[in-house]
Amino acid sequence: MSKDAILGAIRRGLKRGPLPADQQAMLAGRLASHPRHLIPARSRLPRPDQVALFVRNVEKEFGTVERVPDLAAVPAALAEYLAAQNLPSRFVLAPNPDFEGIPWTDRPLLTFERRRAQASDQVSLQHGWAGIAETGTLMLPSGPGRPTTLNLLAETEVVVLRASTIVGAYEEAWDRLRAESHDVRSGGFMPRNIMFVTGPSRSADIEQTLELGAHGPRRLHVILVDDDAAALPPGDATPPPPVAVPGGPAAPGD
Amino acid sequence: MVAITSPAFKENAARALADPGLQKALGTAKGAFLQRRAQAVANLPEFEQLRNIGRDIKNHTLANLDFYLEAYESKVKAAGGQVHWCSTADDARAAVLEICRKAGARTVTKGKSMISEELGINAHLEAHGIRPVETDLGEYILQLRQEHPSHIIAPAFHLNREDWEADFRRLHTDLPPDRVFHERRDILAEARTKLREKFLAADVGITGANFLIAETGSSVIVTNEGNGDLTQTLPRVHIALASIEKVVPTLEDACNMLRLLARSATGQDFSVYTTFSTGARREGDLDGPDEYHVVLVDNGRSNMIGTEFQEMLRCIRCAACMNHCPVYGAVGGHAYGWVYPGPMGSVLTPSLVGIEKTGLLPNASTFCGRCESVCPVKIPLPGMMRHWREREFERHLTPAAQRTNIGLWAWFARRPTVYRWATRAAIGALGLLGRGKGAFHSLPLAGGWTKGRDLPVPEPGGTFMARYAKARRGQRV
Repeated sequence: MSKDAILGAIRRGLKRGPLPADQQAMLAGRLASHPRHLIPARSRLPRPDQVALFVRNVEKEFGTVERVPDLAAVPAALAEYLAAQNLPSRFVLAPNPDFEGIPWTDRPLLTFERRRAQASDQVSLQHGWAGIAETGTLMLPSGPGRPTTLNLLAETEVVVLRASTIVGAYEEAWDRLRAESHDVRSGGFMPRNIMFVTGPSRSADIEQTLELGAHGPRRLHVILVDDDAAALPPGDATPPPPVAVPGGPAAPGD
Repeated sequence: MVAITSPAFKENAARALADPGLQKALGTAKGAFLQRRAQAVANLPEFEQLRNIGRDIKNHTLANLDFYLEAYESKVKAAGGQVHWCSTADDARAAVLEICRKAGARTVTKGKSMISEELGINAHLEAHGIRPVETDLGEYILQLRQEHPSHIIAPAFHLNREDWEADFRRLHTDLPPDRVFHERRDILAEARTKLREKFLAADVGITGANFLIAETGSSVIVTNEGNGDLTQTLPRVHIALASIEKVVPTLEDACNMLRLLARSATGQDFSVYTTFSTGARREGDLDGPDEYHVVLVDNGRSNMIGTEFQEMLRCIRCAACMNHCPVYGAVGGHAYGWVYPGPMGSVLTPSLVGIEKTGLLPNASTFCGRCESVCPVKIPLPGMMRHWREREFERHLTPAAQRTNIGLWAWFARRPTVYRWATRAAIGALGLLGRGKGAFHSLPLAGGWTKGRDLPVPEPGGTFMARYAKARRGQRV
């Protein structure tokens, strides 16, 4: 059998048999404790600067960001963005519980369906799970409330992200996932798919020259909800209104 | 497996040097990757430390590879996936075909994968009535042209914009033949439209894997186009092809490698899409494949463990070595004659297919050392090429004339006095012969050298050793 042949060849090369139990336990311990390595200093900043770094990095990678005070401001921000880009006001919406209380009726021209994305969708509105300031990266774990196709099929992806979920480094986001997520199937914390998205899709395959808009979205727009008083830019640090969106969940996330 | 033309490296290289289209493409691309990498590295002061950590993570994993592969497999199974262990390319091709057949597949979309090239997956599927469609932009045009990649991250490195336009006109015959491509992005848009239909129609999606994670049973792909994600999300079945050395222990280990990968490869801080796939669709998910398979391939790698080539298994396929290689930059990737070109290929190819057919590759290096100096996991590539030259010599595979010359040189090198006397005489003679010329355009018995370049006439003043001795005597006074 191939498995035995491969493991046997590896052990012959390493000039040993299967690892003794104590060494296996040591390695299992390393897996369980998953020690961190060096984390670059660039993202270890006060909260307002960390969020500002996230925004700067999204923009550096050809994404766009608009900051809004609360979820109630999302319909207006979206409607204005779509109009400015000359895009239709119809979109596919992530069926995420965090979006339940958004007052869509404020902007009656916006129409949407809550489902996975289809090839004909031009605009998707996705729920951001976390933002990583180090590289301006959105972390989008799959699940019933965050279908993967919303990251891929539409030409324009708009992501609503709570500023409170922005962290400095990838490792901080993994630790939050380990703490908050439970996958019934595997007994672990990993959902089927996690996409880390940094800017809109692109290719440099033609003469090593960068062009935006390969197979994924051509535009990536982040609506950043300032739900974190500590993360507001200096001078703007008036506390946001209570997060009590009517009918909405008490806590961010899903 | 892909046909090998490495024994004809010299002819391949001569043809490449005389190919104006290729030389134009190499000239256009030259420098772009280098500048972007240098900028990305300059922007991250910790880069050098991350390289050392990356090297250590990979060394630790290789020293315990059996343990981590089994740990990885158990996590894949727990997440509803299957691992197919394959010793050889034949096993891997058979495993892929069987999964596709069980799925009743007629078309298969593919993300960019060098291991797929190594295994010759496309030809095998085609031979059995299944249509593979490459979806990475560069791979897509190469499939249209029936060519192989000439670079491991930029497969169409050898093509110019005119080639793209001509091929698209020739092969997308349903579109108006007089359409105009104003910009590169018009070419991209046409490919996007064409491939969208394929993504939606495919029954199986095949991707590679940049990393496998033992802690979680995840496979990781890194792309900029999003084609890999469409490939692994839309069809009913996802197959990840991965070789055994792709495994790392934890997500934290993977993060360290990811901080190195994009910067070393394209000079980006992070690629656009870095995606972790763990098992099949979960209860309540609205999308994603119902089946998740990992075809785990050895194909000669386990034989490298415990040899002087073990460190080559640290390679994360970033292509920095070939981007910085003067030989690759002059002849391009096809001249190397197999799947993996450039310095990493010159070490890996002999390990995987044997030194008998590939002896010229480790010799196609000036040992300038740039590859090692940019390698994110510090693989001593020139040292390993030297090991291959030694093995080639020991096994009497080196051509007779070269062996005689090396033998002759070794005889002199072991006798310093004779060596100095002989070099002094030779330099004196050459100096006399070439007085006033500056350089020799041809020399008897050295036609092989002077055919491609001039030999400078030695300057007056004797050998280096003579001048050194003279300078020291001068200092003592």
